[in-house]
Amino acid sequence: MTSESLPLEYGVFLDWIEAGSSVLDLGCGDGKLLSLLVREKKVKAQGIEIDEQAIYRCVAKGLSVFHQDIDNGLSEYANKSFDYVILNQSFQQVKKPDIVLTEALRVSEKVIISFPNFAHYRARVQIFFNGRTPITSSLPYEWHDTPNLHFLSILDFVEYCEKRNITIETSSFVGRNRSVKIFPNLLALTGVFLISKK
Amino acid sequence: MIASHLLPKKIGKVTQRHEHPINIPEQPSDSETNRSVGHVETLYYQFALPPNELTLESGEKLGPITVAYETYGQLNADRSNAILILHALTGDAHAAGFHKGEGKPGWWDDMIGPGKAFDTRKYFVICSNILGGCRGTTGPSSINPKTGKRYGLDFPIITISDMVQVQKHLSDHLRIDRLLSVAGGSMGGMQALEWLTAHPDRLKSAIIIATAAKHSAQQIALNEVGRQAIMADPNWKEGHYYGGHLPAKGLAVARMVGHITYMSETSMGEKFGRRLKDNAKKQKFSIDFEVEDYLHNRGNNFVKRFDANSYLYITKAIDSFDVSRGKPLQQAFKGIKARALVLAFKSDWLYPASQSLEIVKACKLAGIETTYCEIDSTYGHDAFLLEIEEESHLVKHFLQNVSSAPVVTEENEVMAYDI
Repeated sequence: MTSESLPLEYGVFLDWIEAGSSVLDLGCGDGKLLSLLVREKKVKAQGIEIDEQAIYRCVAKGLSVFHQDIDNGLSEYANKSFDYVILNQSFQQVKKPDIVLTEALRVSEKVIISFPNFAHYRARVQIFFNGRTPITSSLPYEWHDTPNLHFLSILDFVEYCEKRNITIETSSFVGRNRSVKIFPNLLALTGVFLISKK
Repeated sequence: MIASHLLPKKIGKVTQRHEHPINIPEQPSDSETNRSVGHVETLYYQFALPPNELTLESGEKLGPITVAYETYGQLNADRSNAILILHALTGDAHAAGFHKGEGKPGWWDDMIGPGKAFDTRKYFVICSNILGGCRGTTGPSSINPKTGKRYGLDFPIITISDMVQVQKHLSDHLRIDRLLSVAGGSMGGMQALEWLTAHPDRLKSAIIIATAAKHSAQQIALNEVGRQAIMADPNWKEGHYYGGHLPAKGLAVARMVGHITYMSETSMGEKFGRRLKDNAKKQKFSIDFEVEDYLHNRGNNFVKRFDANSYLYITKAIDSFDVSRGKPLQQAFKGIKARALVLAFKSDWLYPASQSLEIVKACKLAGIETTYCEIDSTYGHDAFLLEIEEESHLVKHFLQNVSSAPVVTEENEVMAYDI
């Protein structure tokens, strides 16, 4: 795996996650991020993933992974079982994001969440001028084949955290080829947040 | 006195299959031939000689005990590459390769061999017949040394834990302190669970396939039908049928019920549908449908190789099994450092995925490093013997990972994760 093939936000995860910590990746896909964290940060890793083919690819990478739905895969964990729970591009795909996030914050000290920003200017342009459901590099799907169930902006998430008494410890925003420092809700394709429960 | 033929023979005695003329109905291709462990022999180990009989879970003593086993591949210098394969209800020690003069390979030959899931170029694979069985290991059809006659119902009640005790004695005999893995499906999975909880320091991992931590009412009920069929056979005679007519009808019916539970509605539909038997006799209640014919054949063939009393003893052992002995499962799993691979199959209604998820849930709570996959299959419970490609992929990589990982014990736990 070359570094060029890695999404920019993976660098954010590498920066934030402490070496040797325990990580639960909810919706870990083919285990690309998780295996990177194992290699670079020596984390104790566990994944949960619903797609069977993705499970095979995770196992081939040497990862421990549960073939389960994340909507109901967390209830059996004791409080604070992990140092980090990761929701990398999976938060907007769960049936009940509220419950998943509450559970994630229960079983872990910290949660790192990354999601596509629905309010990116390109999305806004497509809605406003074309009157079409937006397609951007972080929201690449047609309306009829998207795995995303929820569409949220960076501001939506910040506001949501305030309402739910969730602390945003730090955040990072990613554009097409670089990180975004100003006007993230307009310019960022992906938002990454490190959150904890107050 | 130990009969000389019961003494342990050389470990891992394997000769290449092409050295031996075998009549195989379907000629396998060259690549398949190379992937076979070749010609194998069953070995025997005897222990628990009086007065040192084995104390069973029930408190009763049993001995001497003979264990039939086979090994494939070579044990490495530090004796760290041994994998114990655990068979299901009617399996035996012959898991892979070919016996002299036989065309049919061992029961899990698709999974065990050079380059296969349990790669015999890397691992030393052991499979033994269970206690209570009738395929070489001491069971109700063995001679009771006290009477000189076959045990019959004088054979003590045995449990999954007793089976594992016997396997532990075998691994002691082979001087294997820590197994790289134990692996089995169905009742084999129960033994894997028992190994994991009873001897966690004796293994690095467990592969637990299509099984349950304990039987449900439905599973017990199905087994009871099989037992009642045997006991209702007038030839059963309270288990004292040896030397006379066998309770063949009863055992065949038990097997028929078994086979129904091993298949799914879809796999039965695809295999037989409502097709009629070619030369169906037009008599009242004759065998009309292909599925009936299949079940009859399976039942009748089974009688030739299996002992009815063994069927009773083993199904009772399965039904009474509860790996956590009534306690919450996660308590039984507490402190276990071994890793687990848990597999279930989508169409398996005999051991549904929900039962595997119970095991997985307890693994999560106990902090056992676990991988779980519910493999998409239409084969029902039989899938664990048939879904070779998926199973092989998962088992192969899991074992690779386990063999490269350091042994984790209480003392070096932190260190191990820091490596």
